[in-house]
Amino acid sequence: MDMIIELLKVFVTGGLICVIGQILIDKTKLTPARILVIFVTLGVVFTFLGIYAPIVEFGKSGATVPISGFGYSLAKGVMQEVDQIGFLGIFTGGVKACSAGISAAIIFGFLAALFAKPTIK
Amino acid sequence: MKIGKQTIKLENTPKILNTSSMVGPKEMQGPLSSYFELHTDDIFFGEKSFEKAESKIMKTCVDNLIAKNGLSKEDIDYIFAGDLLNQCISSAYCIRDLNIPFFGLYGACSTFCEGLMLASLFVNAGYAQKVIATTSSHFCSAERQFRMPLEHGNQLSPTAQCTVTASGSALIVPKDVNSDSPYITYVTPGKIVDMGIKDMTNMGAAMAPSAYSTIKAHLQDTGRSIDYYDAIVTGDLGIIGSDILKDLFKEDGLDISEIHNDCGVLIYDKDSQDTHCGGSGCGCMASVFSGYFYEQLKTKKLNKILIVATGALMSPVSSQQGESIPGIAHAVAIENEV
Amino acid sequence: MDKDINMTDKEYSDYVDKKATNSPMLKHIIMAFLVGGFICVIGQLITNTFMHFGVPKDSATTITTIILIFIGAFLTSINVYSKIGKFAGAGSTIPITGFSNSVVAPAIEFKTEGYVLGLGANMFKIAGPVLVYGITSSVIIGFIYWLIKLFL
Repeated sequence: MDMIIELLKVFVTGGLICVIGQILIDKTKLTPARILVIFVTLGVVFTFLGIYAPIVEFGKSGATVPISGFGYSLAKGVMQEVDQIGFLGIFTGGVKACSAGISAAIIFGFLAALFAKPTIK
Repeated sequence: MKIGKQTIKLENTPKILNTSSMVGPKEMQGPLSSYFELHTDDIFFGEKSFEKAESKIMKTCVDNLIAKNGLSKEDIDYIFAGDLLNQCISSAYCIRDLNIPFFGLYGACSTFCEGLMLASLFVNAGYAQKVIATTSSHFCSAERQFRMPLEHGNQLSPTAQCTVTASGSALIVPKDVNSDSPYITYVTPGKIVDMGIKDMTNMGAAMAPSAYSTIKAHLQDTGRSIDYYDAIVTGDLGIIGSDILKDLFKEDGLDISEIHNDCGVLIYDKDSQDTHCGGSGCGCMASVFSGYFYEQLKTKKLNKILIVATGALMSPVSSQQGESIPGIAHAVAIENEV
Repeated sequence: MDKDINMTDKEYSDYVDKKATNSPMLKHIIMAFLVGGFICVIGQLITNTFMHFGVPKDSATTITTIILIFIGAFLTSINVYSKIGKFAGAGSTIPITGFSNSVVAPAIEFKTEGYVLGLGANMFKIAGPVLVYGITSSVIIGFIYWLIKLFL
């Protein structure tokens, strides 16, 4: 039962974050690329302000899987690293925390491009 | 001879001896499929890139036009060609192998009428005996130049139009050539009209005022009324653009809804093909005119038509710099009797 | 500028806005909610599975990210993700699979211009700004955080 409630929370949190994005796309003339930038930046800022962590606490993957969760990892990584090693952490913390995602995107992107061909929608 | 503000009367009324059209798979699923002469089911058309495919579609179309009139490429005096790609590469690489003196044109989606106009002026003036006007566009090559990569998952705005994969070409000859073909009687080159629309996903709205301006100028200059024509055919205003055009004429107390057709609306079935506001691109008017309307003229179902190709003269760079979209429209009057 | 049309640019643009059919918003929102939520649930299930087998939480989250990025890349390469995107909209753009899609899509498409200047240079055509603004803002807040710690 706990598991189902947990997944339900994930579903609702993730769904709502995407709905915010959808409303922005439909109502304003923002392109998806701009939406992604806004979400990742807001993820960073909200994490810094201590707003995003409670959302992650509640929604788990529902808050970390959307691109704002990428901002959450960046901000969390930077702050942890500053705690641990001080000034240098400003530069190393963020990307270190997201290195797996970035490397995965590059390598899978590269491999996919080797074999795939674009087609008409 | 120039008459009025911007129209040219072709005293020697050149003929459109023949046309040829070629389309891609999506256009073949549309309502006009039986009118297109050639088609391919492969969007790559056996080539390695979409640009090469587009070039080959144009080449196949032109080759077919030359061959079906029993001519060889040496017989063609000049060719006017254009497309949507940067530096008009589809046309250039198509004509590279043809060995025909070449004029490259860019008028965005209005290029077909621009080419037709210049070709007929050449013939009218007696500078040439056989001139070809042709254009092409390809959904995939246009998409990557103007919009997002094809495999990117995004939603199109409901006002967006879909670039057609097609090419059309027409052979213009002097009127004394023995053939039962329609004549080009007047051409009206258009002015750029920009009403400040910036939305690249709503090109119909950006181009409709230019179509209105050109058609109005044509009617004023020639002294013809709107019902002189059996059909007024715009290039790719799409559903919204056509609607706007009708509204603009309504303001003048003219009802064009009975005789107005739009190639972008005709080429796809919007309900089953998910093409939003219809087709667009240089190949749209080229293929629909060469395939469908030329056939209607030949079979005398239509006798007097005014074709008005519309173009949106922006680029991704100008759009990103916040510029609005300049629209242009060129009109060509084609009639069975002179 | 002399104009044939008896309307100012502003009037025309208002008129066009009225003409333009609106996006079917409710349908879009429902689809975005369902698909976005569904992708996140898959992520949670992957994390839970790894944690069940004793993988620490942080590593499990990282593995989940990698797997979701793989799924996004795979679905893009078999021409499926663009079709999902068509009906799911933001529901498939916002999750990390959408980030992966925006890396893979240009990589596939620009391969025709060569592996270095085509594939390599264009891979981050859409996703690049996400990294630029994500990392920039993280460095800025890192600096502010460092300052705060210094003086408090």
